[in-house]
Amino acid sequence: MADISNNDAQWSSAHAVANVKRRHRSEMILKGLGLGAISIAFLMLFLLLSSLVSTGYQAFTQTHVQMEFAISPERVKADNPAGGNYRGVVQDAMIAALPGMPEAEARKMASILSNSAQFTLRDRVVADPSLIGDTITLNVPASDPYDQLYKGLIDRETPEQNRRLNDPEIAAFDQLVEAGRISKPINWALITNADSRFPELAGLRGALVGSFYALLTCFLLSFPIGIGAAIYLEEFAPKNKISDIIEININNLAAVPSVVFGLLALAVFLNLFGLQRSAPFVGGMTLALMTLPTIIIATRAALKAVPPSIREAALGLGASRQQVVFQHVLPLAMPGILTGTIIGLAQALGETAPLLLIGMNAFITAAPGSPFDASTALPTQIFIWADSPERGFVSRTSAAILVLLGFLVLMNAIAIFLRNKFERRW
Amino acid sequence: MNDMRIVERDVDITKNKITARGVQVYYGTNHALKDVDVDILDKTVTAFIGPSGCGKSTFLRCLNRMNDTIDSCRVDGEIKLDGENIYDRKIDPVQLRAKVGMVFQKPNPFPKSIYDNVAYGPKIHGLTRNKAELDEIVEKSLRRAAIWNEVKDRLDSPGTGLSGGQQQRLCIARAVATNPQVLLMDEPCSALDPIATAQVEELIDELREQFSVVIVTHSMQQAARVSQKTAFFHLGNLVEYGETGQIFTNPQDPRTESYITGRIG
Repeated sequence: MADISNNDAQWSSAHAVANVKRRHRSEMILKGLGLGAISIAFLMLFLLLSSLVSTGYQAFTQTHVQMEFAISPERVKADNPAGGNYRGVVQDAMIAALPGMPEAEARKMASILSNSAQFTLRDRVVADPSLIGDTITLNVPASDPYDQLYKGLIDRETPEQNRRLNDPEIAAFDQLVEAGRISKPINWALITNADSRFPELAGLRGALVGSFYALLTCFLLSFPIGIGAAIYLEEFAPKNKISDIIEININNLAAVPSVVFGLLALAVFLNLFGLQRSAPFVGGMTLALMTLPTIIIATRAALKAVPPSIREAALGLGASRQQVVFQHVLPLAMPGILTGTIIGLAQALGETAPLLLIGMNAFITAAPGSPFDASTALPTQIFIWADSPERGFVSRTSAAILVLLGFLVLMNAIAIFLRNKFERRW
Repeated sequence: MNDMRIVERDVDITKNKITARGVQVYYGTNHALKDVDVDILDKTVTAFIGPSGCGKSTFLRCLNRMNDTIDSCRVDGEIKLDGENIYDRKIDPVQLRAKVGMVFQKPNPFPKSIYDNVAYGPKIHGLTRNKAELDEIVEKSLRRAAIWNEVKDRLDSPGTGLSGGQQQRLCIARAVATNPQVLLMDEPCSALDPIATAQVEELIDELREQFSVVIVTHSMQQAARVSQKTAFFHLGNLVEYGETGQIFTNPQDPRTESYITGRIG
């Protein structure tokens, strides 16, 4: 301590100056690296979203054709409205809509309309047989190739033999466009329809309802069981080897690949218990297996974060352990528990592999009426669509991913909201 | 400053509230408290003093079995409250803690309303039959803790919103609401400023009329100001126990003298 008096000289010495410079430089480097990492993350996010949006936005509209369908008594007999020749009705309407085109040609152009047109007509007439003899004006979806054409996804310059539509077909469609029959409204069918072989009719309703039932089952199973397990482990279990082993195993379970849980579900739920294949209820049980460790870990962390002073205060007043937990610790830990649960559920919502193994990737054209009906889920629906060859499914796959991402963002926003709302400070 | 002023020592009470004989406490293999014998009188303030880690808080927490919550802790020996061994099998620690209230070092009100803080003890022990009785207990307890006038208009506001000193008095109100026979205080003023400390000390003196108060303190001045009996702990041993005046003016043990005069601690 002899040189305390010449401290000033020390600070300005070449060595000290270099030292300060070095410290500043390393701080700058660290900052730069951090900024770089964040920029890369944002760039990736931007690329992902922009590629999804640029292909997916097409699926949010659908080309429709306005047609007048004359329900003639020759085509549809009044005594048997369900057995009428609606295909003929549609062809008649197309012939009428394409004046100047030979009748045989124009009849073929009925394929401009979606296959669903004849069934829509049949349903209308069966519901109201007095329509026979009248003319119904309907906006029916155009079939996938014409939808692609109208959205500019089919290049007219491509040589005819390489094109999905030949010149007469394009000419017929253009004639309809000129007649002002073509419109491109918002594609509500994407949400209100279930899956279909035809892209113009395919929607996410079945997947949304299936995912909802699966998540509901998952929540109802994993939330109480997870919280119960966490409370026992954290508050009541004796601290010994056995509880250590249990804790390590729970942490390991959280890291088990989800496909393994799918195999377990296949072996136990389907083969051993004989539960319904493809059912959202079984899907929910499988997802609950995955979500449980997440919820248990989040709950234990939240319980641990409650200050011991609150426990002591309640214990010191003569509260029993159970009263301490349920009246003081659990309410204070609730925001953390809810956040963990929602994040666990968000993970479960996006989980595909275990659902594939229990058959939730089946082709199912009706939304499930109950958790026990066969159904798909959002991620498996994306998987099915991504696998489908029709051009229309390309944009629908991206649109479905956007819907899934929308739900994930919504769930995370709820988690953040709950955390901020119920967070208490001591 | 008359910090070392020693309160009038008219210890006319001779009835023992708590008798401890041969108390040993182990934390795992660490022998934290060695063979402590103490008689704590009824309606008296007893202070435990001693340097950090000497076992005074450990002993205090034996008196309402708060040490039970620590897994590695083991207590041997005998502690009798009104002649009943509180470590007996048939004693329920939950009931015991209603009789032996505790105030902690750091004010720890529940993050609930002031009213609910005080009403919690009577509620869980079923001391009241209706809301009116509960209201009465809450008011009485807050008055006993000398905080009623400050909070009577905002009983519904959160207890955590009060100042530190008010929070500590709220905790005292909460502890007295179950009408305990003994009130244990673990360094109740160490987190408070001097004014709040003075208020709490005044309060302790008033509480003596109803309860036996045991207070652990770091501050010898505080022990001198509030207590009638003082016990000096050192390295897990009860070194000396006697009337506060005698301990501070005429300690029998050289270690006590060293501590009082500031040579150890």
